[in-house]
Amino acid sequence: MNKIRIIIKREYLSRVKKRSFIVMTILGPILLAALMIGPAVIAIMSDSDYEVAIVDDTNMFYDAFSDTRNVKYTHLQTDVDSALELMRGDKFDAVLHIPEIAFQAPSSLRLFSLKSVNFNAKSQMESVLKNEYESLKLTIAGIDPEVLMAVETRININAVRMDKDGLEKTDYPEVSMGLGFVSGLLIYMFIFLFGSQVLRGVLEEKTSRIVEIIVSSVKPFQLMMGKVIGIGLVGLTQFLIWVVLTFAIVGGVRTAFPKLFQFTPTEQVHITASQSLNAEELQRQMETVQMQNTTAGQILEGLQAINFPVMILSFLFYFIGGYLLYAALFAAIGSAVDNEADTQQFMLPVTIPLLFSIVMMQTIIQNPSGPVAFWLSIIPLTSPVIMMIRIPFGVPFIDLAISAVLLILGFIFTTWLAAKIYRTGILMYGKKIDYAELWKWIRYR
Amino acid sequence: MEYLFRAENISKAYTGHKALTDVSIQVPAGGIFGLLGPNGAGKTTLIRIINQIIAPDEGFLFYGNEKLKPGHVHRIGYLPEERGLYKKMKVGEQAMYLAQLKGVPAHKSKKLLREWFEKFDLMPWWNKKVEELSKGMAQKVQFIITVLHKPDLLIFDEPFSGFDPINVNLLKQEILKLRDEGATIIFSTHNMGSVEELCDHIALINKSEKILDGNVRDIKKEFSTNIYQLELANLKQPIEQLLDRRFELIRSTAHNGMMTARVKIAAGTDSNELLQKVIPLANVISFMELTPSMNDIFIKTVTGKYPQESSEYEVSESANDYLAE
Repeated sequence: MNKIRIIIKREYLSRVKKRSFIVMTILGPILLAALMIGPAVIAIMSDSDYEVAIVDDTNMFYDAFSDTRNVKYTHLQTDVDSALELMRGDKFDAVLHIPEIAFQAPSSLRLFSLKSVNFNAKSQMESVLKNEYESLKLTIAGIDPEVLMAVETRININAVRMDKDGLEKTDYPEVSMGLGFVSGLLIYMFIFLFGSQVLRGVLEEKTSRIVEIIVSSVKPFQLMMGKVIGIGLVGLTQFLIWVVLTFAIVGGVRTAFPKLFQFTPTEQVHITASQSLNAEELQRQMETVQMQNTTAGQILEGLQAINFPVMILSFLFYFIGGYLLYAALFAAIGSAVDNEADTQQFMLPVTIPLLFSIVMMQTIIQNPSGPVAFWLSIIPLTSPVIMMIRIPFGVPFIDLAISAVLLILGFIFTTWLAAKIYRTGILMYGKKIDYAELWKWIRYR
Repeated sequence: MEYLFRAENISKAYTGHKALTDVSIQVPAGGIFGLLGPNGAGKTTLIRIINQIIAPDEGFLFYGNEKLKPGHVHRIGYLPEERGLYKKMKVGEQAMYLAQLKGVPAHKSKKLLREWFEKFDLMPWWNKKVEELSKGMAQKVQFIITVLHKPDLLIFDEPFSGFDPINVNLLKQEILKLRDEGATIIFSTHNMGSVEELCDHIALINKSEKILDGNVRDIKKEFSTNIYQLELANLKQPIEQLLDRRFELIRSTAHNGMMTARVKIAAGTDSNELLQKVIPLANVISFMELTPSMNDIFIKTVTGKYPQESSEYEVSESANDYLAE
């Protein structure tokens, strides 16, 4: 065991001292923080930018348009031509012309602009006009506007999840989704980045021909495990530094520029949540948010509803378990081939389950307790990513237990398998290896 | 005789072919043991088994009087045929790392390494990366790493391949010095010149089986052909007339009044009798036995016949002279 420690120490230190590691460790959080702060900055910069002049020849829609955060409306009593003249003089970004015949022929509506049109503003106007058209038509059809008001209902179902003891808590799927996505993706990235480092490390030892010198002092298994653990620790180190630095940077920026963050949370979560919905629903939801503006509070509440100890512990578990499972396979591949180009044929079956997990994310999120989610979160090859998507939604203990036990068995199995391939592979030079050959190696005593 | 290492009835098969079949070797303590054989005979497999890198299918291994066990790797130094170093790692750091894996604590290995590095003029390279070293220097570093932990048993697999002649000489001297200091050395090669020069004992492996082993002198005697070479001047009558049926003339050439003849003496006949017959009739310039070189013995044992046009019977005396230089 002492020798494994020596190997781990070398694998760890030789990587942590590398310039590329230090650069990545510092650059990573800056990029991440930029990703988090960026949208807020952009939102503020594009604020109040889009000015629309409305020329309403019908005089029917004066009250319909009210300013929103990004779009300002000005009603002009002039004709279109002078409005366009003003636009050319940079007074406005766009001119919405509602001609006399617009009510009978909606296709005569025109939005003029010099630059390409702001899509967000255009859809806002479309939505406003659509509502107006509809209520006007209903009024014409003889329906009392008061009845219309009474009919209009805003529905917002509060999802309540109950546990067995009958305790209730409100569910916030948007928050769970966000957390699930992020942690699933992180695990995927971690496995890939550091798994391929294991592969390259093994390959380096093989091609530089140092491996036989080392295995005359230690067991091949010790060398393989030492490398896998050492690189895993490098990954954990980098990850922890990233988390700490990212929060430090974001926190610093937040205290320095509190304004930047006033609206951001609302908008960001909302956009993620609505990705799968169609434009109309999106529109309606936007309005809801703008009117109620309580979503920020809801997110806070949602975050409080998440069981963070379970979340963090299981993240670490699947982070490490998933890495160990795949790193062993990557080590086996590195030992079997002579150069990086030959790794392709063996990489495919290893990467497919990982890619599949990512592809399935959407499906899982839509039904996090369904059978697909259940099975994929139990099979060790996909469970590290898929289970992390499920956990924020709450997972029955029994699922978690089965999945954890299977993941542990899974990495013991892949490690055993990899060790068999590894000890033969590292000493094999200049031979084209196929699956039949690997199978022979596995069967050697 | 006291053996430092024994391998008994070792067999190892890979799917499709046998790498070793019932091979036994006994390595006497304190000498140089040559492990010979053509490429692909199974030498490297045997060496890897001795180093416990792979396990035999059958057979037993003994270190001294104990069964070979993992702890013994600290008492073995191994220089593999396929050898290299981490290219991006610093020379000194790397040497210390490999020494630690052989069980030498860091503080101790640093001191030992300094001594060796100074001896081989490598000290200025301590903090350089391995990729900056020339091939010869890297080989020296590998040699140092092999012997640093003062193992009782040293195993060199084709140690001279890739060395220039100057470094080959340096290495030979170091190997002989290690032997004189009491180390036992297993030396695997198909370079027969170095075998005659260095080895006390040999084992010859061909097609996974051991086909010959023993003391080098005994083997040479066993393969002796009883052929003598004479150089004569002023020969007074044709040499054929001198000889009776105990002596068979194999070849004679005349050149500038000198005659060179090769004569095979029948078994049981003293070589002095030949000399006595010749002396009255000619001036004997030289008289010596022709013994087969290890190279010939190797080829004879492997293929069943001596090589055709000779390198043939080398003159053992002159061979030794040459090697002593």
